Amino acid sequence: MPYDDLEIAWKPMPGALPALHAVVTPAQLVALCRRVRADSGRLVSLWGEDGQDSGGALLLCVVLEAAAQLLVVEQVLLPISPVYPDLSEIFPSAARLQRATNDLLGMRALGADDRPWLRHMAWPANCFPLRVGPVSPLLAPAAAEPYRFVRVEGDGVHEIAVGPVHAGTIEPGHFRFSVVGEKVLRLEARLGYVHKGIEKRFEGMALADGSRLAARVSGDSAVAFAWAYCMAAEAATATRVPARALALRALLLERERLANHLGDLGAIGNDAGLAFGLAQFSRLKEDLLRVNERVWAARYPMDAVVPGGVHDDLSADAPRLLLESMAKLESEVRVLRDIYDNHAGLQDRFMGAGRVTPELAQHLGIVGLGARASGQAQDWRATFRIAPYDDVEVTPIVRAQGDVAARVAVRFDEVFETLRLCRELLASLPQGSIREPLGAVRADALAIGAVEGWRGPVLVGLRVAADGRLLRCHPHDPSWHNWPALEYAIIDNIVPDFPLINKSFNLSYSGHDL
Amino acid sequence: MWQMLRQIFRVGLVSQPPPPGDPAMIDGALHADIQRVFGRALCLRHVDAGSCNGCELEIHALGNPYYNLEGLGIKFVASPRHADALLVTGPVTRNMREALQRTYAAMPDPKFVIAVGDCAGCGGVFGESYASLGRVANVIPVDVTVPGCPPSPTALLRGILAAVRVGSGEERVGVEGVVWRRDRG
Repeated sequence: MPYDDLEIAWKPMPGALPALHAVVTPAQLVALCRRVRADSGRLVSLWGEDGQDSGGALLLCVVLEAAAQLLVVEQVLLPISPVYPDLSEIFPSAARLQRATNDLLGMRALGADDRPWLRHMAWPANCFPLRVGPVSPLLAPAAAEPYRFVRVEGDGVHEIAVGPVHAGTIEPGHFRFSVVGEKVLRLEARLGYVHKGIEKRFEGMALADGSRLAARVSGDSAVAFAWAYCMAAEAATATRVPARALALRALLLERERLANHLGDLGAIGNDAGLAFGLAQFSRLKEDLLRVNERVWAARYPMDAVVPGGVHDDLSADAPRLLLESMAKLESEVRVLRDIYDNHAGLQDRFMGAGRVTPELAQHLGIVGLGARASGQAQDWRATFRIAPYDDVEVTPIVRAQGDVAARVAVRFDEVFETLRLCRELLASLPQGSIREPLGAVRADALAIGAVEGWRGPVLVGLRVAADGRLLRCHPHDPSWHNWPALEYAIIDNIVPDFPLINKSFNLSYSGHDL
Repeated sequence: MWQMLRQIFRVGLVSQPPPPGDPAMIDGALHADIQRVFGRALCLRHVDAGSCNGCELEIHALGNPYYNLEGLGIKFVASPRHADALLVTGPVTRNMREALQRTYAAMPDPKFVIAVGDCAGCGGVFGESYASLGRVANVIPVDVTVPGCPPSPTALLRGILAAVRVGSGEERVGVEGVVWRRDRG
């Protein structure tokens, strides 16, 4: 068991993930976080839960990743004084998670930034939507409160406020730039505009129905969230998913990765002034979506992953169709990569723009694609090797420069790696059933599911009652960790490069705002 | 450069005709309608009022070479002051209500609102809650609703064409894939 000297009573969690669970004291929580941090481990997620209605307690849940293991710890909070130690000094990315937890549950991190984060004016400061008890489900809107942005002062410094409605088809969020001339001194983002109460919506839902909502936490990562949700639901019910279903899930996840990478490569090229790139890549993405429609009867198969397996099997001619279209795609992307790599104007915009050094990435604890472009060799498909990634091995794609060019290069390499994985998955597709009914519920236990989506690690934590209803479900998007990195990446760049740098991360607002 | 030109030449034109079966599309009738109603290109503004970002992916697809939206004389603009029609996605969150209302108010008349996707049309999987006001029609008047989760680019095109029809005063029922509501609150 890890960190024996901390005397934490670890218990293995159910399911396929290498995960340990324990209830800890505040002192143990802080000591554990410091040790994980010292060992180059990471904060995965942090959320709260009010189980007082169902015989539980007021809980803080923290998930850490250390040495290819997930450590899930819970601290019991006193309802009269729901406080816990501030973890943002150890893991900077905890700061906003703590603020969101305070907004939703009134659980405060002692001494931490206490500005509201998800709560704008939809409900008053003394109401907590996820607390049980006498809180109306339709809380009355509160008066608007001014948000305390950090002010930068000095000769010639001025502010540019952008959003929440942006000049394009983009999700809403507010960006406050402090600039001198064109140079950005500081960027502060304010998010939460698309907070639509997803976690509350999960409450009371039947376990089998939740995957549809999970798939809509962030539409571009529908498969990743649905799979993570199903993995947690299957762990909570000791359900064994058929091998064929797991392979088909991986095929769907990898195609989601392809679709997003193709879209991003085009959009990043366009933001650097190469409309040709957008036209070409959006054409390839459309081709991919049309194949999806023929194989899964949906351009975006959002509901293909269901608890216990997958919704539909492949038809007899689907593998051939998939293989042929992927061969064509691969040769087309090679041509385009050559063009991108040899385009001096494009490379001039890409190189050095929005740099996040490996040291900064490590310090901030950024994850997923953004982290891999900053020298962090992390990819849950390779770390946990959950089936079918135990058979088809994934090589994490890593670049060290941490700039837009690196994030583009990682995407290109991942397109080819993903095409290889898809071919291997199709070549070794197991026979058999595609769905297993969910087993009996292991009531009241916390269960987790973890999947490396195209953007980064996606985690779902859930607790289910004996009657199969969800007590709590927390979907965690990797954007929580990478939004703060964007604020560092833009420093000393010019304002007109912001769309390019922002696009090179392409973070989710919906997945973050919940 | 020659590589790019070779690629452009090799791929050729992939644009497809707009969805068949709509009389608006015959013999440039759409273009004439747009000219009559707006006197110029049809300008769209999009606001995500709380979407999961699925609908945005398909709105993006409208601009790809297959659907070639701009080829039909329809384009997206950056400011609501330049827009004829507003595409709204998602249930309207309480945190986005004011921004949506202000965007709508900033548009000049005549103006239309197209509610895109199941969430915008009826609240979808998110419904109404302490954080969500549900369908778009609960916040601003809606002229045309395009169902789907997410709606395909073809369904979106049909919805936009239907909005042009609303503008030209020829209210018709039954354009395939489009729900008519004229939901004025």
